[in-house]
Amino acid sequence: MAELHELDLRQAIEGLKQGDFSSRELTAAFLQRIEQLDGALQAFLHVAGEQALTQADQADKQRGENREAPPLLGVPLAVKDVLAVADMPATAGSRILEGFLPSYTATSVQRLLDAGMLVLGKTNTDEFAMGSSTENSAYFTTHNPWDLERVPGGSSGGSAAAVAGGLAPIALGTDTGGSVRQPAALSGVSGLRPTYGRNSRYGLIAFGSSLDCVGVLGRSVADIAILQNVMAGRDPKDASTSDRPVETAVLQKKADLKGLTIGVPNEYFIAGVQPAVEAAVRAAIQALADMGAAVREISLPHTEYALPVYYILAPAEASANLARFDGVRYGLRVKDADVIEMFKRTRGEGFGPEVKRRIMIGTYALSAGYYDTYYGQAQKVRTLIQRDFEAAFEQVDLIAGPTTPTTAFRIGEHSDDPLEMYLQDVFTLPSSLAGIPGISVPVGFDEGGLPIGMQLFAPHFAETKLLQAAHAYQMTTDWHLKRPSV
Amino acid sequence: MALSKKDVDHIAHLARLHLSDAEKARFRKQLSDILAHVDALQSLDTTDVPAMSGAIFEGSRLREDIAGDAMPREDLLRNAPDRENNQFRVPPVLD
Repeated sequence: MAELHELDLRQAIEGLKQGDFSSRELTAAFLQRIEQLDGALQAFLHVAGEQALTQADQADKQRGENREAPPLLGVPLAVKDVLAVADMPATAGSRILEGFLPSYTATSVQRLLDAGMLVLGKTNTDEFAMGSSTENSAYFTTHNPWDLERVPGGSSGGSAAAVAGGLAPIALGTDTGGSVRQPAALSGVSGLRPTYGRNSRYGLIAFGSSLDCVGVLGRSVADIAILQNVMAGRDPKDASTSDRPVETAVLQKKADLKGLTIGVPNEYFIAGVQPAVEAAVRAAIQALADMGAAVREISLPHTEYALPVYYILAPAEASANLARFDGVRYGLRVKDADVIEMFKRTRGEGFGPEVKRRIMIGTYALSAGYYDTYYGQAQKVRTLIQRDFEAAFEQVDLIAGPTTPTTAFRIGEHSDDPLEMYLQDVFTLPSSLAGIPGISVPVGFDEGGLPIGMQLFAPHFAETKLLQAAHAYQMTTDWHLKRPSV
Repeated sequence: MALSKKDVDHIAHLARLHLSDAEKARFRKQLSDILAHVDALQSLDTTDVPAMSGAIFEGSRLREDIAGDAMPREDLLRNAPDRENNQFRVPPVLD
């Protein structure tokens, strides 16, 4: 039998149910992996070992007493440190929130706790989820389990490395412009960004409120579907969640995609895409065709404008959201006799360079005289990008392309040039702006042994179709089963 | 477009951010580069295009204004950097 940390979520659930092992044994196995490997990977900002074991014991006790145990009873979870878990530190990767202890739990996490899960710890992130490598974390950089000299991607890089390295069976991340899918691709795991408004944002430390989504990083699409089914749905605490009934994604038993049409956008296969990435993604699309899907070329003509639109809108929203960090109610305060100086010094010391840069861009874009030129125009172009997808989905059911232009880059390789770092997200930004769901799945390796990810997109609220197609791919391929030798 | 030193000072003040001289010099260059990049948007004709202010297409939802359970006061105050009794303490706001 495989070691406990090697089990996928379904095997873990089944093993607990059958009494093959206890939740304490399962939880202890992951805590031991963290103990052994996290010195090198640095995926966790906070490990809640004692709390997790106490909850595991409670889960075991509950299971002994009760035949109707909740479906995920005693299964461990890692949570990105931008989501609040009551009485567990939440830093958002920032010094300004060092020591902050939330008194409430994010709805997405709470629903999983209600289904029986327990939290192993909080994973590293770029500060306030702003970045594509975890190098913007104020604490440390997470290392990619496939090559410790490389980044795991970001901003949910801690969650990606934890899942890839077998430090957690599954993890939550957040995706504003690609922060679940890009690290999933770079770390060789699967990652779902749901439709905007499908999962609650309550308890998520806000970055760009019209873009932020809570998503899942897992070893397989089937594992992700289990969590997404639990988290989805209206939350009275988040007015932007949809009333639409949740369609529970039931994954098919047969890898058959007959009747499905997949669009391949020309704009996603351009100069700058690493040849090994293009080859692996084209081969994966062929695999979808082999299962019966019709494949056709499409165009998403405004793709190139997604980057400039995003780098106006997300910083503008961030500059407003991050105004709350002023040293009054929580987090760092740098004392000064003058209240405005206190705000400025607290923020000047508490925020790192990328956060300051984005607050500056956002403030400028919203300032008198520039609002229409930058913010107003970006909102209009966002409509054009959204219409691109709408038009494409009149012809096709799903869209496929590379998740990122390249495989994982070296730590430090892009850290001096913000624009070059932003290019990491060119293929994840358009769908983020449109608010549609996307999933990244592993589809191969480059010549250096680094994982490659393919993205699939679906229309708003078509998660089931998306998960089914991605699951069909994983039924006929084994890329997602490959593990790094850490 | 290139930002002046004065622009950077002005934006930093609006954003309530204390920046060192070195940070100001670096941001002046980096923000100018980023703004030059986003200028690509100006080439698109968007005369008849509506602005997209969010990704919700179902319209706003309103609810009745009903009093509910608020978070306990102590939960809200426990992270305060400085407090006095049941209040957050800050430097004088009015002279």
